[in-house]
Amino acid sequence: MTGNAAQQFINVGERTNVTGSAKFRKLIEQNDYAAALDVARQQVEAGAQVIDVNMDEGLLDSERAMTTFLNLIASEPDIAKVPIMIDSSKWSVIEAGLKCVQGKPIVNSISLKEGEAAFLEHARKVLRYGAAVVVMAFDEQGQADTIERKVSICERAYKILTEVVGFPPEDIIFDPNIFAVATGIEEHDNYGLAFIEAARQIKEKMPLVHISGGVSNLSFSFRGNEPVREAMHSVFLYHAIKAGMDMGIVNAGQLTLYDDIPAELRELVEDVILNRRADATDRLLEAAPRFKGESGAKRQEKDLSWREKSVEDRIAHALVHGITDFIEADTEEARAKSARPLHVIEGPLMAGMNVVGDLFGAGKMFLPQVVKSARVMKQAVAYLQPYLIAEKEELGLLDMPAAGKILMATVKGDVHDIGKNIVGVVLQCNNYEVIDLGVMVPAAKILETAKKEKVDMIGLSGLITPSLDEMCFVAAEMEREGFDVPLLIGGATTSRVHTAVKISPNYHRNQAIYVLDASRAVGVVSKLLSEDDRATYKADIRAEYEKVRVAHIANEARKQRITLAQARANKFEIDWTTYDPPKPAFMGPRSFDAYDLAALVPAIDWTPFFQTWELSGRYPAILDDNKVGTEARKLFADAQELLKRIVAEKWLTARAVVGFWPANSVGDDIEIYTGEPRHTRLATLHTLRQQIARDPSRDRAHTALADFVAPKETGLKDYVGSFAVTAGIGDKEALETHFAATDDYGRIMLKALADRLAEAFAEHMHLRVRQELWGYASGENLTNDELIAEKYRGIRPAPGYPAQPDHTEKATLWKLMDVEQRAGIELTESFAMWPAASVSGLYFAHPKSHYFGVGKIERDQVEDYAMRKGWTAEEAERWLAPVLNYDPRSLDRPKVA
Amino acid sequence: MKSLPSRALLEKAANERILIIDGAMGTMIQQHKLGESHYRGERFQDHSKDVKGNNDLLVLTQPAIIEEIHGKYLRAGADIIETNTFNAQRISMADYHMEDLSYEINFEAARLARRAADKYTTAERPCFVAGAVGPTNRTASISPKVSDPGFRNVDFDELRIAYKEQVLALVRGGSDIILIETVFDTLNAKAAGFATLEAFDETGIELPIMISGTITDRSGRTLSGQTAEAFWYSLRHLKPFSIGLNCALGAELMRPYIAELAHVANVRISAYPNAGLPNAMGEYDEGPHDMACKIEPWLADGLVNIVGGCCGSTPDHIAHIASHAKHHKPRPLPKVEPRMRLSGLEPFVAG
Repeated sequence: MTGNAAQQFINVGERTNVTGSAKFRKLIEQNDYAAALDVARQQVEAGAQVIDVNMDEGLLDSERAMTTFLNLIASEPDIAKVPIMIDSSKWSVIEAGLKCVQGKPIVNSISLKEGEAAFLEHARKVLRYGAAVVVMAFDEQGQADTIERKVSICERAYKILTEVVGFPPEDIIFDPNIFAVATGIEEHDNYGLAFIEAARQIKEKMPLVHISGGVSNLSFSFRGNEPVREAMHSVFLYHAIKAGMDMGIVNAGQLTLYDDIPAELRELVEDVILNRRADATDRLLEAAPRFKGESGAKRQEKDLSWREKSVEDRIAHALVHGITDFIEADTEEARAKSARPLHVIEGPLMAGMNVVGDLFGAGKMFLPQVVKSARVMKQAVAYLQPYLIAEKEELGLLDMPAAGKILMATVKGDVHDIGKNIVGVVLQCNNYEVIDLGVMVPAAKILETAKKEKVDMIGLSGLITPSLDEMCFVAAEMEREGFDVPLLIGGATTSRVHTAVKISPNYHRNQAIYVLDASRAVGVVSKLLSEDDRATYKADIRAEYEKVRVAHIANEARKQRITLAQARANKFEIDWTTYDPPKPAFMGPRSFDAYDLAALVPAIDWTPFFQTWELSGRYPAILDDNKVGTEARKLFADAQELLKRIVAEKWLTARAVVGFWPANSVGDDIEIYTGEPRHTRLATLHTLRQQIARDPSRDRAHTALADFVAPKETGLKDYVGSFAVTAGIGDKEALETHFAATDDYGRIMLKALADRLAEAFAEHMHLRVRQELWGYASGENLTNDELIAEKYRGIRPAPGYPAQPDHTEKATLWKLMDVEQRAGIELTESFAMWPAASVSGLYFAHPKSHYFGVGKIERDQVEDYAMRKGWTAEEAERWLAPVLNYDPRSLDRPKVA
Repeated sequence: MKSLPSRALLEKAANERILIIDGAMGTMIQQHKLGESHYRGERFQDHSKDVKGNNDLLVLTQPAIIEEIHGKYLRAGADIIETNTFNAQRISMADYHMEDLSYEINFEAARLARRAADKYTTAERPCFVAGAVGPTNRTASISPKVSDPGFRNVDFDELRIAYKEQVLALVRGGSDIILIETVFDTLNAKAAGFATLEAFDETGIELPIMISGTITDRSGRTLSGQTAEAFWYSLRHLKPFSIGLNCALGAELMRPYIAELAHVANVRISAYPNAGLPNAMGEYDEGPHDMACKIEPWLADGLVNIVGGCCGSTPDHIAHIASHAKHHKPRPLPKVEPRMRLSGLEPFVAG
């Protein structure tokens, strides 16, 4: 019975309780919720299966503290994974807590203290909120202290709960009150035994209920004598669990093992708790000072007598007590004695873990202690790992120069690396050298490192969908740069189909290979590195992917698609009949030269700045981030200092050009006119329309930017605006004047700040456009955060970005506004802007205009677009390659499966 | 507290066969290509905000269209039709400045569905109206501000009050069932459940409750982070007629989570997936035949009691699913050992 009972014992973490933990109370009083969350996290890590949250402190607004803390916990999956015990003596605090948790919590507690009416009301609500409940053995007369009162109050509560309220018996937890023993007051002598005996009777009469209690009350008289307190808790739990106690608010990680309590102390304590002799308290009081010393956990670590035993015993001791201090030395000693390193695992380590298992089974160890044992075990195995691999090599299991070099990276724009790390560990365990470039790695860095390190293959990982395109890009870059090593593809959004259809065709010289999970990685890598298997394996993959491609094309051909005509029929509808287009303050282009940089600084959105430095997190929260906060603060301080100099000493010059034009939409194009009346066309802006066959029940349109401008046939005098801004004029000179060639940090910092200033400039000009230059939102009054969140009317989409993925549209803007002359920004042959710290785009003013992504488009639109742009279809396919929903190369292939 | 006679009929029908719930309403409405003026009708000609896209409003302005869609699903073989009230509580209606119409919309939607259901009800095949209660456009467990995780833009009581108004109207308008669906945040659903019980107290009528959550992706979790099993433990206290999943996934990917629920829940299981999901290339596709074939293994393996369709499904899909379902037996209710079953994001079972 005991074995099972101990394993079923539920540890409730007690540290997030302001009444029980002075440290936690201080954190809450100081509003340091970040540190308070750490306390909760540590408890879960230490094995708490439920965490008790108590905010009952006279000076606190307990309801608010409960709400705040539980809401914060909800955002921490590591903590929120376990159920919450909402602990308060005030019903209003409990109810506030119940309104914050999505899981099924435990309410701690309700009782008959205020009579049946209140009890009924609370119990009904607990049920309706969906919680289990702790019921204290407390009634109108007070807290139950005898066996009879404990049992009879619980029975009365049980009857009301199950018969009147309809509460499920298995969701009832009785707390029959653990009171202090050995107080010197004779009536208290039986309190320990009374709890244990009451637990036994309650379980007999009401077998489905649970029994819980706050254990630390028991040893109250021995405050300051931790060894005795811990021994009392351990002995008490040992007996109470046998009797049916199956839940406890305890710091189980700190409990002494029942078997580790010195025999003399154990007997003295047992006499007290089980009330076995009249003088038990006196005897324990008398002996207690002798056991006073350091507390159990510490004592065990510092009492080094166990170090004198045999190495096998030492390993077992370390495992049972969760001590990692000597485990490597001991493991080494055992290894030196053994014929094979594997024998250390199979021998003393397993033997030690068996002892742990036996103690746990016998109710003499608790779960958190077992978790600590596992940690020791892992460390020992990790220590043996190199020997295990070396042995494999020696034994010829890896006889060829098989150890290959594999470069791994999570691609640019993606920060997810758990899967990648696992694959890395697995490969390393198999004696491959892994070069891990981490997360958000640009293609250039991947290829550069791969060349420098002469790797045997490259592994790319990604979790978010944009990573798929980045992988295609890396593959194409490998082809371009003449690589000839396999490319492995893995991560949650990747698939065999995508690898075969989209990635692999970019890389003909070698092969892209999809790897489903870590378990497959070793097989794939070893085949690719084996002289014998490599050719066959690659040929097999190639043939397989070809089949997948052909099948996919055939499948595509069968699919019903949204044609451009259908998409146009479902365009984004604006009711133009009620719209009176606002007229901009001027027509044509206007230059803004040597713009005051100081005016731009407040508009800086700092979050992308940290992203540039691969510090992920939102500004300003990132400055207090647990992981990167310190670094972020340093970086931010450096940035501020440099920014001050840039502004004060005018290292950079900001220039802009803004223009407004009479415009109307015609189909998916926007015609720009020379003036009124609108007879002569000055230019045409082309836009692309969404064609994705999306879920029609969401009732969303297939939008193109042209939809935001009044169609010609409405006769409305509508307008569009355009802009190009830069904050990068002079950056080259500034670099040369102010930074040493070796000062990469300063150089990157300057560029990053110029980028931020350019973005801020674009944001700032947009504000001026809305309030003054176009003037349709003169009453707008938004904070910088709201501006960053784009809570204003109108948009400023940029060519080359999701709403208009075609970079070449910049050419039209440049001509319209004479950007090179007016703002000093040039376009490269691939339509990148120079200086790089520049932003350009269009302005739309209609309140319904919004940002969107065109997404993938079909061949019919590509052909239509080519005609409108005066391109051949091939030219259109080249410029629109990232958004094609088909593989232009595959069109020549037979469409037969 | 009394039950309606339809409750016994529903229990009887569910014991005998797999019940069919209808398909998407939005997909069907879209086919009518309604413009702003259709949505407004005469009554809301001068309403201050655009209302196109407020599908729930159509029960007031285009009742014939909604009734016709109900009719199509009933003819296709649906045993249960959902009222057109997915967004009809005042929190979502505020987007259109129509929060004060919430009660009326729900009441009329229920009456409309009731009329349609009664038209097709026969002694052999009673038709049921499920008053649809959606998730709202806010989440009580998730902060909308990345930099302020403790912030909430809606709380339990706001949700409870809005839901109570909705459920009162649905009950009084003649619903047979209250369906809390597309649950992506379980705390919202708990508020809906709380409100539903309050509404039952107030009307004196207790209807069966159906609950349907949404597992958003292959992580197997709701948007608010719970596993399917944890989700069930959070809502089990409502003693629902059924628990299940809908939306977000197609039938194929939904299966493991339906199986997870079927394993732990001692109530009926409902499942109405989308007509497919985005494939590796980011597109949706699944015809009526394909969808029915993908649901077929659930039926054959005895995983479900109620099936139907969500986004993208049409009466044709439902007809195909119904023709498959009639060849299979409903899932028998398993015995589940009484144990304390708690949850955070993950389930915790005592003992």
